[in-house]
Amino acid sequence: MFAFTVKRILQALIVILIISFIGFAIKHNFGDPVRDLVGQRVTAAERAVIRDNLGLNDPFMIQYARFLHDALQGDLGQSYFFKKPAAEVIINKAPATLELVFCAALIIVVLSIPMGIYSAIKPRSWFSRFIMGGSIVGVSMPVFLTAILLIYIFSVELHWLPSYGRGETVRIFGWWDSGLLTLDGLKHLIMPSIALSSIMLPLFIRLIRSEMMEVLQSEYVKFAWAKGIKPSRVWLVHAFKNTLLPVITVGGVQLGIMVAFTILTETVFQWQGMGSMFIESVERSDTSLMVAYLVFVGIVFVLVNTFVDIIYGLVNPTVRVAGRQ
Amino acid sequence: MKMSTFKSAGKFSLLLLTLLVSALLLVGCGSDDKKEAGEETAPATPEKTTLKLAMDADPVSLDPHVQLSGGMLQYSHMVFDSLVRYDKDMNFVPRLAEKWERIDDLTMRFHLRKGVKFHSGNDFTADDVVFTVERLKKSDDYKGLFEPFVGATAIDAYTVDLVTKQPYGLVLNMATYVFPMDRKFYSGTDDKGKAKDLIIKTDSSFANENESGTGPFAVTHREQGVKTVFTRFADYWDKTGNVEEIVLSPIKNDATRVAALLSGDVDFIMPVPPQDLERIKTTDGLMLVTMSGSRIITFQLNQKSNPALADPKVRLAMDYAYDNNGVVEKIMNGFATAAGQMSPKGYVGYDEALAPRFDLEKAKSLMAESGFPDGFEATMIAPNNRYVNDEKIAEAFVSMMSKIGIKISLKTMPKAQYWDQFDAQVADIQMIGWHSDTEDSGNYYEFLSMCRNSETGYGQYNSGNYCNAKVDELTLAAQVETDPAKRAAQCQEVEKIQYDEAGFIPLHWQNLSWASKSNMNTEDIVNVMNFPYFGDLVIK
Repeated sequence: MFAFTVKRILQALIVILIISFIGFAIKHNFGDPVRDLVGQRVTAAERAVIRDNLGLNDPFMIQYARFLHDALQGDLGQSYFFKKPAAEVIINKAPATLELVFCAALIIVVLSIPMGIYSAIKPRSWFSRFIMGGSIVGVSMPVFLTAILLIYIFSVELHWLPSYGRGETVRIFGWWDSGLLTLDGLKHLIMPSIALSSIMLPLFIRLIRSEMMEVLQSEYVKFAWAKGIKPSRVWLVHAFKNTLLPVITVGGVQLGIMVAFTILTETVFQWQGMGSMFIESVERSDTSLMVAYLVFVGIVFVLVNTFVDIIYGLVNPTVRVAGRQ
Repeated sequence: MKMSTFKSAGKFSLLLLTLLVSALLLVGCGSDDKKEAGEETAPATPEKTTLKLAMDADPVSLDPHVQLSGGMLQYSHMVFDSLVRYDKDMNFVPRLAEKWERIDDLTMRFHLRKGVKFHSGNDFTADDVVFTVERLKKSDDYKGLFEPFVGATAIDAYTVDLVTKQPYGLVLNMATYVFPMDRKFYSGTDDKGKAKDLIIKTDSSFANENESGTGPFAVTHREQGVKTVFTRFADYWDKTGNVEEIVLSPIKNDATRVAALLSGDVDFIMPVPPQDLERIKTTDGLMLVTMSGSRIITFQLNQKSNPALADPKVRLAMDYAYDNNGVVEKIMNGFATAAGQMSPKGYVGYDEALAPRFDLEKAKSLMAESGFPDGFEATMIAPNNRYVNDEKIAEAFVSMMSKIGIKISLKTMPKAQYWDQFDAQVADIQMIGWHSDTEDSGNYYEFLSMCRNSETGYGQYNSGNYCNAKVDELTLAAQVETDPAKRAAQCQEVEKIQYDEAGFIPLHWQNLSWASKSNMNTEDIVNVMNFPYFGDLVIK
């Protein structure tokens, strides 16, 4: 396990290094952040002075080396727009995104497992057909369209749910602003979570269904039936467990993707998380914040994948992940 | 595979499920407790007239001098207050200066309002105006505007002179940018040892995080990009408005901003996206206010990079071939004002006679007469997220030009990349929109039409390389002209020259829009500069 951990950490560092390099190369060719910091009257010469002060006129490798040097000391650069260290901005925005992803994941887990199992066991029932039909609609509808539709139905027409923002939040652990602990915050969470889960949920239902149907055809399930074991036990304990591995693999990757690409959902709902922060930093050419976010996302991906590997072992110790003893 | 493996794995997954479900239940319980608590405390808070305001962005800083932008000026009018400001018809009206008089060619004397307090409790005096003008001259963004000024001199506690280096016709225009800052409050050093009056663009500073103005509202809570709360300043001298608190939320997405108003989550939005104007107009309980704006959108035709564009007949033909009104109607949904010149109505240079021209036959005959009867090829760039419908307008232009034999290859890009390309003049035809930051015609000519001069900075955004000695001469003369009638004649002559030579292709001025609940006097507080005077807002 120790060698596995060390290998994992090394891998993670290399991945993050590569991501930071790519991010930095994008930053370097992205455009001039100073444009967004000054009015139209500021001359090219004055802008050059500002760029100089920000170190933006240095050669690429010098800027990158400086970035790495600072990053090793925990400094990911300065957000021009927020006028604060980029890492601090990201950490302040993280709770909003993580809570959104958590709620969306919850919806996915709670709904996809029973629906997937049901439609695998009774593939011909009208309800299964309904689920499968609905899942096609869900997959093919873009997130922003789902989000706008939700807003128009539940906020504009019915006045049931608030249309934007996180609502009332409560500070816990001294820095985490949580919307999970207030009624207002929860109301604000409902539509964004549904919108965010709308693409993944059908995917998981279909994944669980097809894996489950395959497992139900296998020899040991037939054997279990032959032994006269209760149907619920065959389905849940014998069959469903074995569908879990691929579901966890996909789930891990998708969870990372969800953290990274909450962009659309957050933008539509004016959800003040990392996704909308990132898209706005792109629009404002707040390049330091962009790079810091890309590095952060890299870390999330690596962590999630490592976590998935560990869960693998717990779910089925016979699976050998490369490097783990 | 052994059965025991499945057993333990099954237990694990069941455990995981149980955990998730109980987490869900816990969340639910937590919310119930909170709800009861909320219901108990709710009646205790007294009724307050609160305006929930949603704009597409929020101020980038609390320091009004850190950036010259529409958003910062909107903020300045809420928290600070200017010496003079514009009314709806662009006349100057007194604010912190009660009256003003010209002493000589170089000096304008302002008599200040007495008994005005800053949010910090300090008294407002002429010293604060002197301090503010000095600080403006140090700001990267404002120093250009205040370059013609020697500075401000305090005559006594409530009298201050603004002195210019040469006679200058725009002293009052510039006085609208003097939002006095509290000298005592911004003096000394903060706890990090930095001077409190430092102007810093990209890092934290005292002035970026604290404010003391004389304006109708003080900032009482700020989470940048999330929420800003403005609370009515009890000692504010002007008692016109009745809003006690403004909660500003930036909502960037157009559809969401409109939905927030339609659902009643906010009371006032700006701007309104063109596609939703009709819906808001026809919704009971809401009102829509629109106005022709002063941002001119143009195409510049580079006379240096493409020989065809140096031919005045070709340029004129292109202007005739472009259907301003058609684009305004079909692409802008009528939400723009077709333009034949730079100055919008109300500006000194505006000349009613210089109307947009569209005549395809005339354009074709001009092309035939020109040195390029068979047409020619040209390159073009335009931004795709800077101006309303910028990409669609550029595409329409390309197809209109194809009718007179001009083949244009168009490239559009986000504004983050656009301005570098614009500066480098990579294409023959480039799009630019311009808002005059002096609210005066001369500003357009200075930046967009004067001959390019890297030393003086004149013609800095003139990527068409249009150059006419007469235009330069008139523009410079207007800068030192203090007689309004003479200035107007000079500016109108510039417009006429440009019109006759088709120095560039004017498209339209973008309109402005605001929407609110109908129980307030929205139309009284908005103006063509797009600085709503929220201090004057009355909610019935």
